[in-house]
Amino acid sequence: MIRDITLGQYFPGESWIHRLDPRIKIVGTLAYIVALFIVGDFWGFLIAVAALFGVIGISRVPLKFILKGLKPIFIIILFTFVLNLFMIPGKVIWSFWILTITEEGLYTAFFMAARLILLLLGSSLLTLTTRPIRLTDGIESLLSPLRKVGVPAHELAMMMTIALRFIPTLLEETDKIMKAQQARGADFESGNILRRAKSLIPILVPLFISAFRIAQELAMAMEARCYRGGRHRTRMNAMKLEKRDFAAGLLLVAFVAAIIAERILL
Amino acid sequence: MAEMIDIQDLVFEYTRDENQEPVSAIKGVSLKVEKGSFTAVIGRNGSGKSTLAKNINALLLPSRGAVYVNGYDTRQEENVWDVRQSAAMVFQNPDNQIVSSIVEDDVAFGPENLGVESKEIRTRVDSSLKAVNMWQYRKKAPHLLSGGQKQRIAIAGAIAMRPECIVFDEPTAMLDPKGRSEVMGIIKELHEDGITVLLITHFMEEAAQADRIVIMDQGEIALDGTPQEVFRQAEAIRDMNLDVPLTVELGYRLRDRGLSVPDTIMNMEEMVEFLCQYK
Amino acid sequence: MSIQVNNLTHIYSEGMPHQSLALENVTFTARDGQFVGIIGHTGSGKSTLVQHLNGLLKPKSGSIVVGGVDITQPGVVMRDIRRRIGLVFQYPEYQLFEETVEKDVAFGPANLELDESEIQNRVKEAIQLVGLDYEEIRGHSPFELSGGQKRRVAIAGVIAMKPEVLILDEPTAGLDPKAHQDVLDMIRKVHVHEKNITFLVSHNMDDIARLADWVLVMDSGRLVMQGRPEEIFSQEEALDSIGLALPEPARLMNMAKKQGLPFQGSFLTVEDAEEALYGFLKRDRDLRI
Repeated sequence: MIRDITLGQYFPGESWIHRLDPRIKIVGTLAYIVALFIVGDFWGFLIAVAALFGVIGISRVPLKFILKGLKPIFIIILFTFVLNLFMIPGKVIWSFWILTITEEGLYTAFFMAARLILLLLGSSLLTLTTRPIRLTDGIESLLSPLRKVGVPAHELAMMMTIALRFIPTLLEETDKIMKAQQARGADFESGNILRRAKSLIPILVPLFISAFRIAQELAMAMEARCYRGGRHRTRMNAMKLEKRDFAAGLLLVAFVAAIIAERILL
Repeated sequence: MAEMIDIQDLVFEYTRDENQEPVSAIKGVSLKVEKGSFTAVIGRNGSGKSTLAKNINALLLPSRGAVYVNGYDTRQEENVWDVRQSAAMVFQNPDNQIVSSIVEDDVAFGPENLGVESKEIRTRVDSSLKAVNMWQYRKKAPHLLSGGQKQRIAIAGAIAMRPECIVFDEPTAMLDPKGRSEVMGIIKELHEDGITVLLITHFMEEAAQADRIVIMDQGEIALDGTPQEVFRQAEAIRDMNLDVPLTVELGYRLRDRGLSVPDTIMNMEEMVEFLCQYK
Repeated sequence: MSIQVNNLTHIYSEGMPHQSLALENVTFTARDGQFVGIIGHTGSGKSTLVQHLNGLLKPKSGSIVVGGVDITQPGVVMRDIRRRIGLVFQYPEYQLFEETVEKDVAFGPANLELDESEIQNRVKEAIQLVGLDYEEIRGHSPFELSGGQKRRVAIAGVIAMKPEVLILDEPTAGLDPKAHQDVLDMIRKVHVHEKNITFLVSHNMDDIARLADWVLVMDSGRLVMQGRPEEIFSQEEALDSIGLALPEPARLMNMAKKQGLPFQGSFLTVEDAEEALYGFLKRDRDLRI
């Protein structure tokens, strides 16, 4: 079921992490991802894991809920692990038929998988603790310096806002159309691929028409409410950095410093 | 009293295909709406009533003639934002006019576009949501609300722009009876609070609640007057394929059968009162 | 032909924290030629019920026996259900997708794997039954028609499957008064012509009072009342307690009765009320013109 996917979902809460400015969380997540690629040994990973679990602890999002989001990606992680395990040349430690495992392979496979898992957990923590709408606000604000070089920051954020708003509406619409066509005897389950692809036409055509209708009506409603792009526009929740955001910033700098120091010194 | 809306000989034409003759949706309509009034515009689909509404909001511009909203000529490009701020608009489909996935952010959309200061937006959002009894839903996602509730959010979004007038374009057409009465209740309250209301509808029982009914037929104004004046023309209304309220219909039928039932009976209470004289 | 629904129960999102009882022990029977109205406010379970009748939803327990076959049983072929039971959803024009009206109406019959000439006949007959000019409209794109015409084409798409049971969920939603009346007249005509069992789900009590000969009243997933329209609409308090109103003529006459006026019986239509008022008022000489 579509509603069972937790990846990218928001987990409502009032924790310190939830209340942080979305910009600091986006920057933090990006820094964390970069850090994961700087890290190259066990101690480095230990710092990264400790930092992640520290943040998870403060956010009070249940670990089980976060891990559930990993499920659909598990196959990809396993695939990368196996690929690395068998493909890297080096000192052979085990061999059978055409399969050989090398010390370097084991090492890379392990760290690659760890990196991917941490990356996914780290970035899902961003969406779990930030309302989608705050997230788009944050992205708009972070991208706004790039407006001078022609990046349409406001437009991108507005598109994301509208997409978020209409995903449930369009899912509902799809469900309705599917049921209506089934009632007319449409069969989506049997037949070969070609037949099944063809059976999608009675769903896709009405769905596109609905989407166009929605877009047209929405555009008119937005115009009626004086929408004229990003200029002159103010925001109800103007983003202001609070004490806790500066504290989070300091912690972030400390984390990155620790990772770099570990890399250089050890 | 001053005029909120002044429509002068409005003609609106559009072309379906490049090579075709233009079709007129509105063929010379003049209409003045006074500040603080409650006017209903009723007509069949295709009578031009929705086109009229969009001309008032400068979403469409006159082919000929002129539309003045609060004194602003809609044809002047620089007036567009003043026109839309003076006369806000609520549309038919409750889903397709809500922009944000959080109720209060959606209500803030209008004032944000107008460049209102953050603190003031907050005040307006709260008071607008309270005015439509939806304040307790301010953090909810709109798609989880009923049709009537969504439409109330849309109304709050209009109120937050602090307009003097709100044009409602068939706001109840897609609602169930409960949603319909919720929305009509809010519209009447807004009118009592001094907002000029222009209600476009095809439900006669809703139009009957206005001070004035304008009936549109084939792009022209066919009848215009108080509900009493308009309903006296029951036959003409039926010829335009519109309904009249039940009691008006009954009065008409009884007169037709030779009974002198007064044509001033507008609602059930008045009908029962009349009947009681002959107990 | 008959359709028997026994102890139908359905639970939404079973096992999830937000599970809810959508239908609870719904039992009723509809027979050949019956016109059944289903009323209840939004969320009372009407739509869930009709989707069961069409096999789109599977019940938690209970049975639906159509012409002797229990369609809730696992072995039943869906095509056989769809052949017998047609369902027209709310705003059915949003399901139109073909290039021409003719092709769109043919979609259902073609899915039933009928032969070409039979499909042709049915398409033609269905388009005529819904009151459209077959020759004129067959080649048109369904998207360039008016709202009322689109609705008719969509309904024709289901009628062309010649179902023995035809279910319509709010078929007049969003139409103006004229189109509303036209669609209802058309549904009645189809009912008489096809001699099917028709289920009409509606919020409009006046329409139900005028058309139905049996009424089912739903509230919170339960079937709380069923009976002939006169019976159902004589229970103003019971209906009021679940948020339903009476048809307008009945409301007016009830108001008059409460003022001690001597009206008897039930008043489902304008004509009923008109006769009663005429009979009452004509006794008075002064009123005659």
